[in-house]
Amino acid sequence: MSSLSIITQYWPNLAGGMLIGLACAAYLLFDGRIAGISGILGRVLAGRPFLPGAAFLAGLMAGPGLWRLITGAWPAVHVQASWPVLVVAGLLVGFGTRMGSGCTSGHGVMGLARLSPRSMVAVCCFLGTGVLCASVFHLAGWR
Amino acid sequence: MTILRSIAAFVCGLVFSFGLILGGMLDPARVLAFLDLAGVWNPSLMFVLGGAVCVAFAGVRLARCLKRPVLDETFALPTARQIDAPLVVGSCLFGLGWGMAGFCPGPAVASVGAGVWQGCVFTAAMLAGMLVFERVKPAR
Repeated sequence: MSSLSIITQYWPNLAGGMLIGLACAAYLLFDGRIAGISGILGRVLAGRPFLPGAAFLAGLMAGPGLWRLITGAWPAVHVQASWPVLVVAGLLVGFGTRMGSGCTSGHGVMGLARLSPRSMVAVCCFLGTGVLCASVFHLAGWR
Repeated sequence: MTILRSIAAFVCGLVFSFGLILGGMLDPARVLAFLDLAGVWNPSLMFVLGGAVCVAFAGVRLARCLKRPVLDETFALPTARQIDAPLVVGSCLFGLGWGMAGFCPGPAVASVGAGVWQGCVFTAAMLAGMLVFERVKPAR
C-alpha cells in the first residue's frame, strides 16, 4: 500500500484524533485540568466538586445527538459482546482505571503528551492486556 | 467564573465526542479490530491516538508558557511520579476489560448519549466498578 493511499484511507481517523487532542489541549489551557474521562467520573462518584468535569461529560454525551442533527445519521456503534460480557468488562474497566489512575484519555492522550513515565507504563500495560484479551476472545470463539 | 469554566468544559467535551465519532472510536468493533491480532487487523486506533497525542503535546507546551489557565486560578495536574503496583495492576485490569468488549470510558459515556443499550449496560457496570474501588482502596 502506498503512503498516499494510507493517508486517503485513514484521514478521518487522523482528523478525529486531532479533534480529540484539540479538546484535551483546550481543557488544559482554559480549565487547567487533565481531560481524563475515568478521573472525571471518579471525582463525580466520590462526591468531590463535580464542575467543570460534569459539564465535560455532558458535552461528551451530547456529541452523538448533535452529530445526528448535523449529518442526519447516528454514529456507527457495533457491539458484538453479550450482556454478561459487557457487565464483566465494565466492572474491570471501572475498577482498573480508578486503581491505575487513568484510561485511554488521561494516560493515553494527556499522559503521553506530557511525556509522563507513569502514563507510558500504563499505556503499555493496558494495550498489552487489551491485545491479549481481544485476541484470546477471538481465538476461543467467545465473541 | 464557574459558569464560564463549565461552558468551556462542555464545548471541550463536545469536540472530544466529535473526535471520537469522526475517528471511528465510538464503534467497539473498530477498536477490537485494532486490539485483536487474530482477526483482520485495522490500524484506525493508532492514527486516532497519534493525531490526538501530537495536538495535545502542542497544548501542553503552550500551557507551560501560562502562569495560570485562562479561566481558573491554578493548574490542577497529577503529582504522582512513582511507578507502583496499583498503576501497573490497575492498567492491566483495565486492558482486560477493554479487550473483552472494545469499550473504554470515553466512548462508553458517549454511546450512552447515542442511546445504545449495550453502552448503557457497560457504563452502569463501569460506574459500579469505580464505586467498588472507592470502597476498597487503601487510605492515602
